[in-house]
Parts: sequence; structure tokens; C-alpha cells
Amino acid sequence: MGYDLSMRLWRGDAEGGGLEDFTVEVSEGEVVLDAIHRVQATQAGDLAVRWNCKAGKCGSCSAEINGRPRLLCMTRLNDFEETDTITVTPLRAFPVIRDLVTDVSYNYEKAREVPAFAPTPPDADGKRRMMQVDVERGQEFRKCIECFLCQDTCHVIRDHEENKPAFAGPRFFLRYAELDMHPLDTNDRRKLAQDAAGIGMCNITKCCTEVCPEGIKITDNAIIPMKERVVDRSFDPLVWLGSKIRRRDPSDERTEVV
Amino acid sequence: MAEAETSTEYETHTYDVVVVGAGGAGLRAAIAAHDAGARTAIVCKSLLGKAHTVMAEGGIAAAMGNVWSDDGWPVHFRDTMRGGKMLNHWRMAQLHAQEAPDRVLELETWGALFDRTDDGLISQRDFGGHRFARLAHVGDRTGLEMIRTLQQRAVALGIDVFMECTVTELFKDVADDGTPRISGAFGYWRETGKFLVFEAPSIVLATGGIGKSFEVTSNSWEYTGDGHAMALRAGASLVNMEFVQFHPTGMVWPPSVRGILVTESVRGDGGVLRNSEGKRFMFDYIPEYFKSETADSEEEGDRWYTDKANNRRPPELLPRDEVARAINSEIKAGRGSPHGGIFLDIASRRDAEYIKRRLPSMYHQFKELADVDITAEPMEIGPTCHYVMGGVEVEPDSGASIVDGLFAAGEVAGGMHGANRLGGNSLSDLLVFGRRAGESAAEYATKAEQGRPHVQPELITSAEQDALAPFRIEGGGENAYTLQKHLQEQMQKLVGIIRTDEELAEAQQMLRELEDRATRLKVSGGRVYNPGWHLALDLNNMLLVSECIALAARERTESRGGHTREDFAATDESWGDVNLILTLGDDGHAVLKRQPLPQMPEDLRDLFD
Ligand SMILES: Cc1cc2nc3c(=O)[nH]c(=O)nc-3n(C[C@H](O)[C@H](O)[C@H](O)COP(=O)(O)OP(=O)(O)OC[C@H]3O[C@@H](n4cnc5c(N)ncnc54)[C@H](O)[C@@H]3O)c2cc1C
Ligand code: SF4
Ligand code: SF4
Ligand code: FES
Repeated sequence: MGYDLSMRLWRGDAEGGGLEDFTVEVSEGEVVLDAIHRVQATQAGDLAVRWNCKAGKCGSCSAEINGRPRLLCMTRLNDFEETDTITVTPLRAFPVIRDLVTDVSYNYEKAREVPAFAPTPPDADGKRRMMQVDVERGQEFRKCIECFLCQDTCHVIRDHEENKPAFAGPRFFLRYAELDMHPLDTNDRRKLAQDAAGIGMCNITKCCTEVCPEGIKITDNAIIPMKERVVDRSFDPLVWLGSKIRRRDPSDERTEVV
Repeated sequence: MAEAETSTEYETHTYDVVVVGAGGAGLRAAIAAHDAGARTAIVCKSLLGKAHTVMAEGGIAAAMGNVWSDDGWPVHFRDTMRGGKMLNHWRMAQLHAQEAPDRVLELETWGALFDRTDDGLISQRDFGGHRFARLAHVGDRTGLEMIRTLQQRAVALGIDVFMECTVTELFKDVADDGTPRISGAFGYWRETGKFLVFEAPSIVLATGGIGKSFEVTSNSWEYTGDGHAMALRAGASLVNMEFVQFHPTGMVWPPSVRGILVTESVRGDGGVLRNSEGKRFMFDYIPEYFKSETADSEEEGDRWYTDKANNRRPPELLPRDEVARAINSEIKAGRGSPHGGIFLDIASRRDAEYIKRRLPSMYHQFKELADVDITAEPMEIGPTCHYVMGGVEVEPDSGASIVDGLFAAGEVAGGMHGANRLGGNSLSDLLVFGRRAGESAAEYATKAEQGRPHVQPELITSAEQDALAPFRIEGGGENAYTLQKHLQEQMQKLVGIIRTDEELAEAQQMLRELEDRATRLKVSGGRVYNPGWHLALDLNNMLLVSECIALAARERTESRGGHTREDFAATDESWGDVNLILTLGDDGHAVLKRQPLPQMPEDLRDLFD
């Protein structure tokens, strides 16, 4: 049942700040976001935190709980002992705006750099045909809720601001791979992934995969195949997808984008 | 008060079309306006991609005929009108049914990856109130696919996005011929608290719904009815506001997740509702109106999933208002689940593999948040406030409100869904009418090119004063969170699923009191990302919209769709052709009038014989 939870929340802004102690009453089944909301409603009305869906669907409430990148709305209090102090800090890889809210515009800039989807024309009846097996891998990647926890955790940028211009990060390697595996896309993004997005800087530590709340196998299913595609132009998507469905080989017909 | 708190500096931006809202409706409108050649901006309260649309689960309704070739727009049209208890604007329902298939295909052209049929076409699933399996979907995360696709499209087109930026007021001026018209909008950056002014002849409202005014809701902090309230203040009218949809299946336990949605796909994919005695009680609640098309035995209902031609649909798939009321009655009769809900059971009806493949995020949601394995045990569910049918009264073809230059699309617009919305009909609505509103807004803006509107400085000053008011309260003052909580509890209790004249009158009284207290809202802290301040400003909108709901609900002395009156339990045909229209009176309070429902032409009427 209900108990008093000790929390330490980072409070401050771009100029600086520090951890502040709060004691807040919590009850059965609650998540960290509930506790933070109660602090907000009763003790610190101006406490800044992002959220929307409260069900792990929107990727707004990303922060670091006891130093680990997590969604506040999907972290249950009963994962901790009642006597534990829970420490919540903003995402470390991004500049803080206020309290638990960071400036994630880096990710939106990287999103703008990905060349758009460019499909083949539809069939004569105006519809498009794709087989379920051919879209499944892309669907796995499109489960991404853009929480940017993978971006936050990736050591290439976590403490290396200088790498940001040249490195799109795991979330966007996912996007490159998704488009590359799309049965109807006509662009060849391999060169771009290597040059501008910096996939070469990734040394497949898999930390991104570990924190992904959607359980997307970012490293194994997107980054590694994409890296292989980049070096090996004769790569065969049939083998890759393990599919028996006949399809055109995109690497022959795709237009390289740079 | 520090200087930063009182600064009235603002930045100015000039566009042809400003779209307020970046959900499905706003993004689709912006794409259309951009494609029509207008300089277009999108403004939204959250980060891009986080609007409510991202949470939609089940699917997009569109009569593409991929699974059942007998499906077509007239069938979809008929289902929509009947689901809405014939109170929908017929023309909107028609355009919606006709254009939804093209809008879905367009998403595919922009990169969406829907689930497929065996022929490689877009797969379609069953949902309540739809004659055929008709919802294009991606597992149970269709909204995510839709918003991401539109977002990526908008970004690829280079449309300007103002994110984490809240619009608080619309501006008007007077055209040369003396008519008032839109001239722009006022807002603040949530991240800095700084003000901005948009100069634009066309504004498209796509701000979504109002559900945050209720205690048990599937809606997020964003759903404070800003668009509804701003439209009223700008002189536009609202229609159908008494109709609020309580979705039959929200989570009930633990308290922390109370209200979070459990998609209707659970029932579409075979799930059934049971009471504490284990009985499939929906068979006891089939209304006369739907008798001829609803199965009357469990066997027939079960056969329907695979043989639609020779069987009728199970009663679990009646329109949402019917199911929500039935659940409510069972709980009231003492046949509820331990935590005050009802059981939703798919575990005993489908194998675990199927459930995990079709409903992955429901599986995840219950596992993570409630320690319930939905492949092994039933879920506990109960009604949750989900959607508002009511919204800005618009011209069906263009989405234009009665104010020149003001357009609305998506959940903030009214008329399309009548007294009750069918599942899946919102996402399609966003696409169909988002596009239409965006195009019309662009067209209007080019016409306005000769005499572009002008934002008067005194309007800006007044909007600034309103926005800063909570920083200027001396002494005690009221806490926005406390007030909001009170509003939610009272709206739930007095203007909820079942209503009475007495309680609605009490609600009106309560709202007047809260409104008075809201003039003394006081915030702590500064202007940089201060949720307390944001809420204080949003609260005024919540109060105004709640007042509209209570007023219209009290007036409509019958039960129909999302409006159920205990004291007028029957549907009354004399109300069947009446719309309740709300505008803002000179005293700042809502004014109500009755207006005849637009009548559909003969050829469409024939579909109902
Ligand atoms: C959990 C859940 C599941 C659902 N499932 C389905 C489904 O399967 N099928 C279906 O058809 N429908 C479903 N719905 C309903 C549907 O998702 C919504 O009705 C629809 O997404 C609303 O879209 P919209 O574009 O009108 O608004 P939203 O997507 O809510 O977007 C509103 C936008 O307006 C912005 N905004 C609001 N106020 C302001 C302001 N003052 N200033 C600036 N910006 C502002 C917000 O920031 C946001 O960007 C579901 C709803 C929920 C909550
Ligand atoms: S696998 Fe690559 S992208 Fe992922 S965290 Fe490691 S270095 Fe970063
Ligand atoms: S890939 Fe996973 S961790 Fe990264 S942004 Fe997407 S959902 Fe979040
Ligand atoms: S609030 Fe949406 S993911 Fe946490």
C-alpha cells in the first residue's frame, strides 16, 4: 500500500543546478512519473517534465533514473525497494533546458538530413502490393517512439559533443536501414549512411539496443546489416530477409543519394 | 517579480496559413496547404510526433474493399450515420466515406508500412459498428505509423514547425468591406516563455479534444480544449458539444493507469466481455435499433468472425455508446470485477501467438503496468472518457468556420460523427478533412492577398496581459493543479456517462465558482518551461469548454449516442433533427441555440430503407 518515497530530482537550467530532495506519498502500482506529478501538484508547481501518453507510446518522458536512461511512465516503483531513494536526472547527452527537460533538437536536425522515401509507381489499380514478410523488418524499426534513449546512451555522442555534427545516432541508423529495406523505395542511401550519417563511427557496443523501450534490435537488425550493405555492394536482400518471395533487387535499380 | 517574468517582448512571423496542431489533422492540413503553394507553419504544444494521434491503436477506417469486396463508400457512410444516431452532418459523413481510401493509399506512398493481406494489399480488421472488416492497421500501433509518416512527409517538404509552442489567442481585424476576419494568432514558447505573434490570413485549428476535463480519461495533458475555446472567443460556433464519448474499455487497475485505453481491436479480434458471474452479458443489451444486424447467440457471434455473409456480428461490437452503457449497468448491478470494472477476455478465445502478433502493445501495456498476462488471464476494464464528438461548426467541403479565415479539422471540428463516433473513423476523418481544410485555407489566403489582414498592437498587448496574469497575483492565490483536479472530479461525477438535470445544474454552478477562483490562479517560478503556468492558462479553456458541455447536455432532454440522461432515458424523435449550437455571449459565457439538422438528399436517404 501507500508509503513515503524519497526522491532526488535534478533541478536547474542551462546556467546550472543540482539534486533536490523530495518526500512524496506514493501508492501501489504507481510509476516514477506518478510520483513526479505528485511532487509537481503539491510541492513544486513549476517542476519541468515532459509527458503525454503515460503508457509508453509517445516517447516524451525520457530521463535518467538512477543514472539509467528510461521512460518515466514505464518505470514501476515496485522495481525498487520502498526504502530506496530514486534519483531522476535529465538526459545527459542533450543540453538541459530546465529540470528534467532537455533540448532534443539535435534529433530533429538529424531527421531532416535523411532523404525522403521515394517509391516506385503504384500498380495499375492504384494500389501497391507488398508481402507481409517483406514489410516486417521495416515494421520492427517503425515501432520506434522517438524517445531518444538510444541516442542518449550511445557513447559516441554521450560525452562527445564534438561528434554530433558527423553522427546521426542509432535512432537514425534505424531510419536509414528501414528505408533501405523498404520493398518499394528507389533511393540508395548506403553512401550517405557512411559519409554524412557516420555509421562507421559506431563500434557495435549494443548499448542502444539495451535501453530501447520498444525492444528493437537496433544493432543486430539495423546497424550491422546496414554496415554490411555499405561495404558489400553485392549484398543480397533475399538472403537477408530470409524470404522466399520474389522481388526486384533494389541495389540494381536504386538511385544513389548523397 | 523579476524582469524576465514581465518581459513583453515578442517575435513576429508571417505566413499564409498557420496550422495550430501537429496531430494527424494538423499535419495533413499543413501538407495540403504547402502543396497548394501557401507559406505554411505548424504550431504544437508538445514535440513533433507526440500529439494524441500517436496513441491511436486500432486502425483507420476506409472502405478499400481489400478483405471484403462488397464493402464500398455507401456501406461505410451508412454505418457512420447509424453509429452517430443519424445526427451526423450527412455531407461530412459522405465525403469521409468516399475519400478515406485514397487518403490511406497516400500514406503508403509516403512510406507507411501497413499490415498486409495474403495478396499483398493493405489488411483490414473488424471494429465496432462497421459492417465489414475495414480498418487499415499496423498491429495495434496504427496512430504511431500515421503520425510518423505524416511528420516525415512534412519534414521532407520543409514546412516550418514551431514545436513546444502554445497558441493562446486568435486575432481578427476588419476587411475593407467591413467583415471581421482572422488576422493572426498569439502564443508563447514553452521552452523559454517568450511570446510570439503570427500574422496570417488563414488559421487552421487542429488542436484535438477536451478529455482532460474528466477524471478518468484516455487523454493527455494536451487535451484542454484550446481550439474549441479559441474558436468561441473568435466568434465561431460549436456543434454537438453534449456528445462526449466514453470508450467502453479503459484500464481500471492499478489506480495509476486508470483510464488508459484498451483498444477496441481486442474485441474486433475476438475478445468478449464477461461479468463476475462469467456471463457474456452483452447479449442482454442489444437495442431494438441494432437487433436485425446483431447475433442473438454466442454460436452465431463466434461464427461471424470467419463467415460474415451468413452470420450477424457479436454484440460486443455494437457501437461504443451501447457497450459503455451496458458495462456501466453491470457494474452498478454489482456484477463488476474486483476493482470496479468488467472482464475483457481474449485469453480463453485466441492462442497466445495470435494475441501477441495482433495486439503487441496491449500485451506489453498490461504486462508492464498491471502485471497481467493478457494471453493467460482476462483484463479488468471500465469506461473512460475518450473523444469529443462536438467541435467547431464547419462547412463540410472546406472546413471553414463561420469566421472568415478560420478553419477547423480533426477532433476539434464537429458534425462528422453526430452523437457517437465509430472506432477508426477518427484517423480517417483527420486525413480527409485535414487535407480539405488545408487546401481551403491556402485558397482563402491567396484570395486575401490584395488586402492582407493586419494585427493591431492593442490586441497583442491585451493577449500579453492575459498570459502574464498568473504571475501578477498578489497574496495567496489559487493552485492550478488543485483547481484542475477539482474540475475533473466534478465533471466526471456530474457530466459523466449518465446525466440528470439536477446534476447538470449543479455542474453549471460549480463551473461558475471555479471560474471565479480561476481569476486568482497564481504560479510559482519563472517563465522558462513552467508547467504550472502552462496549466493555469489552459484551465480557462477547460472551464469554458466544460460550460458548453454542461449547457448543451442540460438542454437535450433525451438520450442519444454519447449523451445519456437518466431522467430522459429514451431517444426522442423530435430531437432527431435538432443541432445545439453554442457561441460566446457578450458576458463571456456560452449561449445556446437550436438549429435544424441539415437534411440529406433523397438518393442518400434511400440507403437507409
Ligand atoms: C489512446 C487512444 C487511442 C485511439 N485509437 C484510435 C483508433 O484506433 N482509431 C481512430 O480512428 N481513432 C483513435 N483515437 C482517436 C484519435 O486518435 C484522435 O481523435 C485523433 O488522433 C485526434 O487527432 P487530431 O489531429 O485532431 O489531434 P491530436 O493528434 O490530438 O493533435 C492535437 C495537436 O494540437 C496541438 N495543440 C493543442 N492545443 C494547442 C495550442 N493551444 N497551441 C498549439 N498547439 C496546440 C497539440 O500539441 C497537438 O499537436 C484514439 C485516441 C486515443 C487517446
Ligand atoms: S551500437 Fe553503435 S549506435 Fe549503438 S550505442 Fe553502440 S556505438 Fe552507439
Ligand atoms: S530506437 Fe528505441 S530507444 Fe531509440 S528512439 Fe526509437 S524507441 Fe527510443
Ligand atoms: S509519457 Fe508517453 S512514453 Fe512516457
